[in-house]
Amino acid sequence: MNESVLATVVAILAAAIRLATPYLYASIGEMFAQRSGVLNLGVDGIMLVGAFAAFYGTLMTGSLWVGVVVAVLAGLAMGMLMSVISVTLKAEQGISGIGLSLFGLGLSSLLFKTLVGTVKTVDGFRPIRVPVLSDVPYLGDIFFSQSLPVYVAFLLVPVSWYVLERTPWGLRVRAVGQNPAAADTLGVNVDLTRYLCVCLGAMLAGLAGASLSIALVNLFQENLTAGAGYIAVALVYFGGWRPVGILLGALLFSTVTAIQLRMQVLGIQIPSDFAVMLPYVLTIVALTFSANRARQPAALNQPFERGGA
Amino acid sequence: MKLRTSLMAAAALSLIVVACSNSATQAPATSQPASPSEAASTAPSTAPAESPSQAAKKFRVALIMPSATTDLAFSQSMYQALVAEQQKAGGEGNFEIKFTENMFNVPDAQAAIRDYASQGFDLVIAHGSQYGAGVEEIAKDFPAVSFAWGTDVNTFGLPNVYAYTAAAQEGGYVNGVMAALVTKSKKIGVTGPVEVGDAKTYIDGFTQGVAATDSSIKVSKTWTGSFSDVAAMTEAAKAHITAGADVLTGSSQSVVGSIGAAKDAGNVVWFGTQSDQVSLAPTLVVASQVYDWTVVLDDMIAKIQSGTLGGDTYTLQLKNGGLKIAYNSGYNLSADAKAAGDKAIADITSGAVTVSP
Amino acid sequence: MAIGIGGPSTGRATRGHDVVGMLLGASLPLLAVAAALLIGAVMLMLLNADPVRAYGALLEGAFGSTSGITQSLVKATPLLLVGLGICIAFRASVINIGAEGQIILGAVAATWFALEFRTMPGWFLIPGTIVMGFTAGAFWGFVPGILKARLGVNEILTTVMMNAIALQFMNFMIRGPLIDPAGVTAGQYLAQSEKLPEQVWLMRLVPQTLLHAGIFVALALAVVTYVFLWRTTIGYRIRAVGLNPDASRYAGIRVPVYQALSLTLAGGLAGVAGAVEVIGVQHRLLDGITSGYGFSGIVTALFGGLHPLGTIPASFVFGGLLVGADKMQRAVQVPSALIQAILGLIVLFVVGSQYWARRRAARRIDALATAAPTVGADEVAA
Repeated sequence: MNESVLATVVAILAAAIRLATPYLYASIGEMFAQRSGVLNLGVDGIMLVGAFAAFYGTLMTGSLWVGVVVAVLAGLAMGMLMSVISVTLKAEQGISGIGLSLFGLGLSSLLFKTLVGTVKTVDGFRPIRVPVLSDVPYLGDIFFSQSLPVYVAFLLVPVSWYVLERTPWGLRVRAVGQNPAAADTLGVNVDLTRYLCVCLGAMLAGLAGASLSIALVNLFQENLTAGAGYIAVALVYFGGWRPVGILLGALLFSTVTAIQLRMQVLGIQIPSDFAVMLPYVLTIVALTFSANRARQPAALNQPFERGGA
Repeated sequence: MKLRTSLMAAAALSLIVVACSNSATQAPATSQPASPSEAASTAPSTAPAESPSQAAKKFRVALIMPSATTDLAFSQSMYQALVAEQQKAGGEGNFEIKFTENMFNVPDAQAAIRDYASQGFDLVIAHGSQYGAGVEEIAKDFPAVSFAWGTDVNTFGLPNVYAYTAAAQEGGYVNGVMAALVTKSKKIGVTGPVEVGDAKTYIDGFTQGVAATDSSIKVSKTWTGSFSDVAAMTEAAKAHITAGADVLTGSSQSVVGSIGAAKDAGNVVWFGTQSDQVSLAPTLVVASQVYDWTVVLDDMIAKIQSGTLGGDTYTLQLKNGGLKIAYNSGYNLSADAKAAGDKAIADITSGAVTVSP
Repeated sequence: MAIGIGGPSTGRATRGHDVVGMLLGASLPLLAVAAALLIGAVMLMLLNADPVRAYGALLEGAFGSTSGITQSLVKATPLLLVGLGICIAFRASVINIGAEGQIILGAVAATWFALEFRTMPGWFLIPGTIVMGFTAGAFWGFVPGILKARLGVNEILTTVMMNAIALQFMNFMIRGPLIDPAGVTAGQYLAQSEKLPEQVWLMRLVPQTLLHAGIFVALALAVVTYVFLWRTTIGYRIRAVGLNPDASRYAGIRVPVYQALSLTLAGGLAGVAGAVEVIGVQHRLLDGITSGYGFSGIVTALFGGLHPLGTIPASFVFGGLLVGADKMQRAVQVPSALIQAILGLIVLFVVGSQYWARRRAARRIDALATAAPTVGADEVAA
């Protein structure tokens, strides 16, 4: 294997890690919501609002941290809206999510048009070379020369696993998603737990948007996500509601995306449309042929009503 | 089932309520200053547009476009041209612009075209080739309104339709010639959306320009499959950069992502098209092919005011000034490359070089 | 996975009794719409637009003139067709968010068929294209259906991915095999197919408008869907699967099979929507053919109480809302994004408002249950 092939492989893997970042934030957030029994299809809209908030906060103050905070708050506000509709008012979750997506798309475009007006760029998060580790041949370039939001996203995988599987709160979340009536009789506040999970998910979706607008592309444009939020929801199913599964799904999807873009650069002769299709096709195929399919939380997509159901 | 019945009743009832409240809100509205713009404007439309007092009257233009006025690309180029015409005409008092953006849905666009036409606008511009069928149908119903549409070359044989297009391959060729002289790595990357329309013709022209200047240069292309996926554009550009490309170009509103990637890399330069993209990377944009629709609009508006409502076809070319190469003063372009660019412009203008779309 | 709306848990029909209650229930969604519009009014004022004039234009644009009403009906047609499929899927407790892709497949297949057999007469071509649209859309619904039934692959994952795949497939077709040859010779390379032969165009019903005979296809299919769901054994089983999968399993109904079937039928109806858009409105295949109907169709079905006949007026109202919103944008010149935001709010508020409707219904059931404690299988048949 010669140097240039290796360099290409390194570039593909580094790109895959980078591209997986927004999906990781959004999917892990959605995982919390779903584990508590709420299907939030509004992730795309929340990401857009978060992306705009981060971009605008950074543009106005010059501080990326302000951008991050504003994105999280914007995500929280959207999460509250979703919670009120789907938890308190017990609305059909899939449709609430579609409404939320539409609202987020409209709101972020509207704010962009009235407050910014034209495409501008910001100085986003720069790659940080981790001392020592980044000097490891190949691996250093793939894993340890990324920007801060990338590292945080990957740290989220073990952290969210720990929270969900090893803390009392995580146990409550799972109980609420599995059997809310039983959890309720045991004294767990079902609605509160769902509120927390949906809002946590929405804040992470806000961060997912920020990781696009102030780390990956460093600008905002109408419909910046181009449907990434829906992919993020799909990856939760792919990952079987487990952080590691989501990580694998996000990496599979982003790696194939990175490969197909480079296939075109290398001039491999297949129509570009089919190249673009590849990540979607392979995600379905991979799940179809993997034996390991988890069962979804039993109460997913079911509004909880005390004494009902 | 109880609830379902009530929901159905809700839908039915809302129909009735909407119908009632409609007539209710309409009655006062017509007497208020709110709708005179519509009420009054239908009157002049029936009056012949070629009346001599036309020059003194306000000229009214409606623009329907597929993306946003801020896309730094196709839609913005036309919107800006109209704003320029407005300034030339002396501001809003003499020249009214109304627009409808993001009309990717063709039936919606047709409804908009018909609506504007019925409001008696002097000129209705359907800025998208997909709107052609609608223009053909609607223009017949409004013989006193002038329609313009593009990009295409077909006026359907109607006396009140203008068509316009852009020879994007010409500027692409000029950009390609300069790019071939600017690149040191002899590798050039192209990031496009979908291989159609002026994205395709621009990039084909660009490739010809590079090949005519230095056939040893490798031009590789990526198509992201989307006009709006900025993240994919960014990654496509990064792929080119890691493969060694030091010059990039591309088309569509999502190229802002490619420009961002070039900016991050630092030593990679950019050639733009459709709009002047200097604002995004003041030191890295070498030159942009700019669509200047005022060339078309000047002539079209003058003709409409003198009573000719259509029948002509316009093509933006380097020759007629509709296509301009906007050099970026913030980028230090070598004298050779500039000279080669100017020569390419001269050759295309004189017809010594023809670029096939 | 029970679906909350019009919910199976809400119980027995009272059929026409309690008119006051019905009116009250009916006014709730309207109040929700009003609340959303009120927030929209604040946003309009912030943009220096007159909300009264804006909403006046909305109503006028949707229902106030021949062109408004016909345009609303033109939009209602695909919304109804997609919504019918959503009704079937939701009844079987399956979420079909793949209608976008299914519309595309239907449109591509219909275009291909009409161009391939362009010399054939209209009486053959028109039904042929519609059947092709149905078949292609059904296939695109069958794949997630069978993956769910046989392998337990979740339909949300597959339908999201298959929407993207369908879009790229259409991109390939309209810039490759189906590209308009006239556009190629003119050097335009537009992303659209050749114009379809005129004998396949659906009849236009009102001159100077886009209203076409496809609306009758949609209405007929609404009745067929109703009969299918409520008057046939298969339809009964589909609903039983949605109401209570465990009980259905006990009763010997093969739950996965009926879920796969419902996804397939939902795909087919979305495919018909695609075909009808091509032969009724556009007369060719082009980029953006779905116009987001795949998603707004879901909302339409919900507005219609997930009932095929309720979806008929719902599609007209929602279509009108979309048409009126465009008119409002033109009248007061606000960014179209504002209209998306308001529409999003309307959806959220309407879904949310059904909480109170359900509460009322639940109280009534309690009352009924104490009076007649046995709830039998007739509930399903109601």
